[in-house]
Amino acid sequence: MRNVATLVQRELGAYFLSPIAYALLVIFLVLTGWAFSGGTFHQGGDASLRGLLELSPLILLCLIPFLTMRLISEEFRSGTIETLMTVPVSDVDVVLGKFLGAVAFFVVLLLGTVPYPIILSMYGPVDPKLLLCHYVGLLLLGSLYISVGLFFSAWTKHQLIAGMLSVVVLAVMTYLTRSIADHVEGWPKAVLQQLSVFSHFGDFVRGLIDFNHVVFFVTMTALFLFLSVKVLEVRRWR
Amino acid sequence: MIRVTNLTKRFGRLVAVDNISFHVERGDVVGFLGPNGAGKSTTIRVLTCYHPASSGSATIGGLDVFTDSMEVRNRLGYLPETTPLYPEMRVREYLNFRGKLRRMSRSDRQGAIRRVTERCWMGEFIDRPIGQLSRGMRQRVGLADAIMHEPDVLILDEPTAGLDPAQIRETRNLIKELGERHTILISSHILHEVEQVCARIIIIAGGKIVASGTVDELREHIAGRGRVIAEIRGPDEKELETKMRGLPGVDRIELSAVNGWTRLALETKPDHDIREELYRLTSESGWSLREIRREGATLEDFFIQVTAEQHAKQAEAARA
Repeated sequence: MRNVATLVQRELGAYFLSPIAYALLVIFLVLTGWAFSGGTFHQGGDASLRGLLELSPLILLCLIPFLTMRLISEEFRSGTIETLMTVPVSDVDVVLGKFLGAVAFFVVLLLGTVPYPIILSMYGPVDPKLLLCHYVGLLLLGSLYISVGLFFSAWTKHQLIAGMLSVVVLAVMTYLTRSIADHVEGWPKAVLQQLSVFSHFGDFVRGLIDFNHVVFFVTMTALFLFLSVKVLEVRRWR
Repeated sequence: MIRVTNLTKRFGRLVAVDNISFHVERGDVVGFLGPNGAGKSTTIRVLTCYHPASSGSATIGGLDVFTDSMEVRNRLGYLPETTPLYPEMRVREYLNFRGKLRRMSRSDRQGAIRRVTERCWMGEFIDRPIGQLSRGMRQRVGLADAIMHEPDVLILDEPTAGLDPAQIRETRNLIKELGERHTILISSHILHEVEQVCARIIIIAGGKIVASGTVDELREHIAGRGRVIAEIRGPDEKELETKMRGLPGVDRIELSAVNGWTRLALETKPDHDIREELYRLTSESGWSLREIRREGATLEDFFIQVTAEQHAKQAEAARA
């Protein structure tokens, strides 16, 4: 675990030393700001982040792959994977370190949205429980997206390919499964609805923390982390 | 210290390392020599726990590289061929990061960084970002990283590749110095380099070990056809040639005229030194002799021959 902490520290440092992090921070704030103002400041709008939350799967599925595509693919491209995997560090350490590093950076992005509820509180009462529910939802959603992005980053040494595959797969997981579910009947509908990230995220937007949804996000994230470890292992055999 | 037994590594259908065995004793500096693509880096990657072997085994200090991987990594210092580093980190920061991954305490890390900064002449650039460093400086950072935890075994893959002559000499001296305290395996495709720093050499080609031994043993082994050069005045060429044929072990004779002297180049069978007999013959015949010397086959000749054979084999395989 000490290794994981060391790797998280390095990963976070690497983010802040690269221009892409600052570009992402700006784009994230512009998009969330737009979603926040557009979704809240209108006739009958309520004093919550609901407008922002509804759009956040779309915003995150476009942005998070930029955050994750470099993580492991860059180590393979530059060859640093060889120096990394020849010190006493396990494949699990590497995957967890990369994952938690990206999650930490995502938390920094989320901190950028803290002014929104503060602004809201000037207009009306803000429900702290609802706010907490929204942030828990965002964190779970972001973590799942990061684990998917990390998996593709472990899969190929081409950053762009890792990024594009992540966007496509995230879009399918989030929206396409749901759209298809609307057009089929019986058990396929049930399965697709269960798999749709959007369906599970919906309750967080409405202010409900349902244990089922939390389990869904945590298991899916764990699954992609597990797959990332396996891909990393397999690549070292070849 | 390093023991490799029947090691094979396949990548799909390609056999990169084909059933090789060798060992390196504690305190030895061994050169791992072979043309590009011979299987050197692959063998090294198995030894450093990066690639698992397809079959066979390798141990470092008695520990298996596959089953005791973490402990082996603790005892190893490794400089990969391309010296991969994180360009955004500063040298000190990088070494500190590497020290932490090796579970060194804060004070150990600080002491180690001070020590390697001096040993690897990094004083001028210890606080600069790695991305701004020259090839030679990066190489020194890689070397510093490999030795900072005082490992039992150092494995250096092409440590002088891409350096300028002055840097090559510096690195070589450093390796010699390190050899006093560590067991070292150096891979290289430059014979000259290995000859200078290594006590023993293992030559690998086409994934197989083709020769191994001390530099002198190898020379002896490959001395094969020695040549004796002599310059003689007196007899005419015909007489000289007949007399030379009478000497034991002479295979080929070349004669050429040099300012009234006859220059002889005699190729002999292995293990025949005919200098004494040649001298006796000239003095008994009353000829003048102004030069006599033996030219051994060089390691370089042998290495080039091995390389050529490998290329021929590869070309053949590509055609098939």
